[in-house]
Amino acid sequence: MRPVAISVDAPAVSADLARKAGYTFPILSDRDASVIRRYDLLHADVARPAEFLIDRTGTVRWRNLTEDYRVRARPEEMLARARELR
Amino acid sequence: MKRMKVWSGLVLCIIAFLSYYMFFARFIPTRDVPWVPFALFAVAAWLLISGWRQARRKILASIGVVLGFLVIGLFTYLVTVFSRDLPVAAAAPRVGQKAPDFALPDTQGRPVSLSQTLAGSNGVLLVFYRGYW
Repeated sequence: MRPVAISVDAPAVSADLARKAGYTFPILSDRDASVIRRYDLLHADVARPAEFLIDRTGTVRWRNLTEDYRVRARPEEMLARARELR
Repeated sequence: MKRMKVWSGLVLCIIAFLSYYMFFARFIPTRDVPWVPFALFAVAAWLLISGWRQARRKILASIGVVLGFLVIGLFTYLVTVFSRDLPVAAAAPRVGQKAPDFALPDTQGRPVSLSQTLAGSNGVLLVFYRGYW
């Protein structure tokens, strides 16, 4: 199970975040928000927070579109969903 | 001294408001529900109201009270209505649908594709976030 993060931030900004937080998973730069748009998550020029659990066949098995952009998915919930995939 | 109550209340409102965005919003437990700012607002509201009652110069005190409650109102609006005002995302892939493939640069500028990442793993947890502020 690989985490992959996406935002409109430039690679240098994400590199800074990764370094400070100790993240080792890929953080991708969607500068023109084209992927964000394809996933229909555009909100005020940035992505609204959302998580998708995608299986090996490329199918979405779980998704979380936050109703309130201040409230994000808890890591515990995401881990539990990821375990269900095995 | 009595006049200080209304202005202390107003200052406390401003401090409570700023404390959320500058500090409490960074931590999950205090971001989801702004307990501390609301507690501070409760104290501030008491200062505003009791200070207004004891004030001799009502007009000045009234201005302070109105401003204080405007700050409280604005904050409440921002953390309830405003942060929920999100577009419908009707076209976002649903459970059972295929996730659109894409390729984007990582922190080192190397292109990373969803399909390639999927090919070498059990699955991908794709996390969209607003950005690093």
